[in-house]
Amino acid sequence: MSEAIQFLPPRPSVLARRDTIISDLLDLLPPECVVHEARALVPFETDAFISYRRLPLAVVLPKNTAQVAAVMKYCHRAGIPVVPRGAGTSLSGGAIPQEDAIVLGLSRMSRIIELDYANRTATVQAGVTNLSISEAVATDGFFYAPDPSSQLACTIGGNIGMNSGGAHCLKYGVTTNNLLGVKMVLVDGTVIELGGKHLDAAGYDLLGLVCGSEGQLGIVTEATVRLIAKPEGARPVLFGFDTSEEAGSCVADIIGSGIIPVAIEFMDKPAIEICEAFAKAGYPLDVGALLIVEVEGSEAEMDATLASIVEIARRHGVKTVRECQSATEAALIWKGRKSAFGATGRIADYICMDGTVPLGKLSYVLEETSKIVERFGLRVANVFHAGDGNMHPLILFNANDPEEAAKAEEAGNEILKLCVDAGGCLTGEHGVGIEKRDLMRHQYSDAELAQQMTVRAAFDEGWLLNPSKVFPLEGRA
Amino acid sequence: MLIPHSETDAAYVIRTAASEGKTLALCGGNTRSGFGNAVEAAETVSSRGLTGIVDYDPGEMVMTVRAGTPAAEVEAALAQNRQMMAFEPMDHRGIMATTGEPTIGGVFAANVSGPRRLIAGAARDSLLGIRFVNGSGEIIRAGGRVMKNVTGLDLVKLLAGSFGTLGFLTEVTFRVLPVPPSIETIVIADLDDEQATNAMAAAMALPVEVSAAAHLPPTVRHHFLDGALPGSAATVLRLEGLSASVAVRAEKLAAVMQAFGSVTRLGMEESKTLWREISDVKPYAGIAEKPLWRVSVAPTTGHRLVAALRLEAGIDAFYDWQGGLVWMRMEAEPEAALVREQIHILGTGHATLMRAPAAMRPETPAFEPLPAAIAALSARVKQKLDPVGIFSPGRMG
Repeated sequence: MSEAIQFLPPRPSVLARRDTIISDLLDLLPPECVVHEARALVPFETDAFISYRRLPLAVVLPKNTAQVAAVMKYCHRAGIPVVPRGAGTSLSGGAIPQEDAIVLGLSRMSRIIELDYANRTATVQAGVTNLSISEAVATDGFFYAPDPSSQLACTIGGNIGMNSGGAHCLKYGVTTNNLLGVKMVLVDGTVIELGGKHLDAAGYDLLGLVCGSEGQLGIVTEATVRLIAKPEGARPVLFGFDTSEEAGSCVADIIGSGIIPVAIEFMDKPAIEICEAFAKAGYPLDVGALLIVEVEGSEAEMDATLASIVEIARRHGVKTVRECQSATEAALIWKGRKSAFGATGRIADYICMDGTVPLGKLSYVLEETSKIVERFGLRVANVFHAGDGNMHPLILFNANDPEEAAKAEEAGNEILKLCVDAGGCLTGEHGVGIEKRDLMRHQYSDAELAQQMTVRAAFDEGWLLNPSKVFPLEGRA
Repeated sequence: MLIPHSETDAAYVIRTAASEGKTLALCGGNTRSGFGNAVEAAETVSSRGLTGIVDYDPGEMVMTVRAGTPAAEVEAALAQNRQMMAFEPMDHRGIMATTGEPTIGGVFAANVSGPRRLIAGAARDSLLGIRFVNGSGEIIRAGGRVMKNVTGLDLVKLLAGSFGTLGFLTEVTFRVLPVPPSIETIVIADLDDEQATNAMAAAMALPVEVSAAAHLPPTVRHHFLDGALPGSAATVLRLEGLSASVAVRAEKLAAVMQAFGSVTRLGMEESKTLWREISDVKPYAGIAEKPLWRVSVAPTTGHRLVAALRLEAGIDAFYDWQGGLVWMRMEAEPEAALVREQIHILGTGHATLMRAPAAMRPETPAFEPLPAAIAALSARVKQKLDPVGIFSPGRMG
């Protein structure tokens, strides 16, 4: 694939000191925590945005906050860039390294430190996976709400970096709404704690600023998150429509009626076919668009809420309504949805967009998206969180055809600009990373970008933390 | 007082002040101006000239409003469409003995939340986008109109709760929620503070979606519902939603809570009044003389803090947020050092002095003094948004 996206040129002074740096790191950390042989570095050269890759200078895998602080203090003094990494599941290239950088991986810090049910909090190390928190508290009747599709692999540290959402954030919010506190190492190795088990932290909302900052403000090593009592039951229901427009206006009416389901997921025809072929989830194949609406509560509550939703769907010409009869069926429905990206990857290469648009613009943006992709002679599958307007068009292409790959990237950029022009934003939950970095000027004025960069500089004046990401490379202060 | 009537005028005023190094106290309706430390500024700028709803589509559950719009006007427009601000902002006029109209900008600048904060987040969690003028007089947009947005740094959160020290808010966009059609309150009588804490924790662990949990000890109980709450102390738990659902959940919750004490139930209208009174801290309104603290701690810590302080000072207190928000009135001195020391002995949290006799205020930092590293970081952040240091000097320092 052609490299449309640039990285910062490696600092020659750092590259020249490679051997010294590795030996210094080995002085700071136990030998098993430092990876430096070329072959061993390969697994760290990219993340889930696989079109781009760079071998880092070295990888460190510290075991505790003190080791992270020691590495940061050293890198700060020596002027070495640091790219933090959780599980490497970023779809925007947030964890892709650069040749002069040390990758700081949190995978060895994967301990749950404390579960405090009376205060409904979990305190965990940053390398703990998203799903393992919910698994650890499930038998006691609790769960952790944000549930990105990659939740089996992705880490809390990464979730904080990208302010991850998921299917169920319509009701429970995204990471920033479920994060109470962090322990974090600043660029110079200083360790600070923001927030805690109390609900509102003192002073400026630095916790809110750190969440979604894509590893540019510091290295989060521990997090305290909010636990929620698990509802008695949850029931996803499938609603099939002839057209995307009908499905889109049904979503707006459900929300407008005052019902907030836990999740409303949307799939268009190509997405239904791809997911059904993979997961055999029982999705209807004779419809043009599908909504998965999930409600929760006791049986009586779910019956009452669903009755109201079915009535609204009928007004929008719903063709199929399928309630699942068992927990197994419900799990299959979600398996189909959550494996959408993986299933798509089996039939074609794809890039996944992440723009968010106001709910009233859903149908318009879907229609325009199809037109854009058609103009480039490509195909698109749409599968996304309709309740909150977070769209995920998957643009299908053949990565072995450089021309087609370039077209896919161009089409993607046009779709994201469309989202911004419709009153939305470039990215709802995947982050800017390198992927959307050069589109930032489409969403923000020069003064606005400069303001964000100066605030960034309050944390990292020398651009050492994940420096090739988020902000356009030209015009940096 | 300067009252710009457009964002452009506001930017001009601020740019001019910045070039002259003239300090500005920023405010909305001035009903919360007692918040924080005393501000010494050459001039006051109010957003009250920037009014009106800019955009509101109930189907999108999002509203955009100019910052100086009275909060009451926003609430009325939402109520017409059976919607509301989920974070249930409190009205500070009672405890701060102020008059005038609170503005929507003030609500977000002070990150004001009420009882539902326990499950629905604070004002900052509902705030999706802002427009503000920074200390150089530049107009800056942050966030947007959508609830999922990780495009760049979240300056929205940073400005929320910055009390007019980082920027002059001109417009706010926030998420709203449907008004629950039915509300019920479960009342457990005569629990002491510790038993109440246990009861509230047990209630929050049940799958019944308690939307607010407060404990009103004997010294304050009679202030609520004109004394109509049963028993000497009242522990109150709120349920909201579709009426069929609330009825089912209320049965379940009442059955479990009977193990803690005698249970009664309040209907819709009484519940509305009660939670409004809790939100607005009714027991401590009006008597502006005695020092009042707002303490935020882990929910199970609140009663232990109060018990520890009682050994050393005369205090009266009640609890919201499952015990994690403690409203604490001191009989004499604010005892700031004592209060803050005890909080740190017991865990994480902080105390904000809401009011105190004029003579005591200069000696007592209103906000929790921050650890050195965080204070330095905060000062750098402030310098990036307000390079000359003209906005509300002293308030958060």
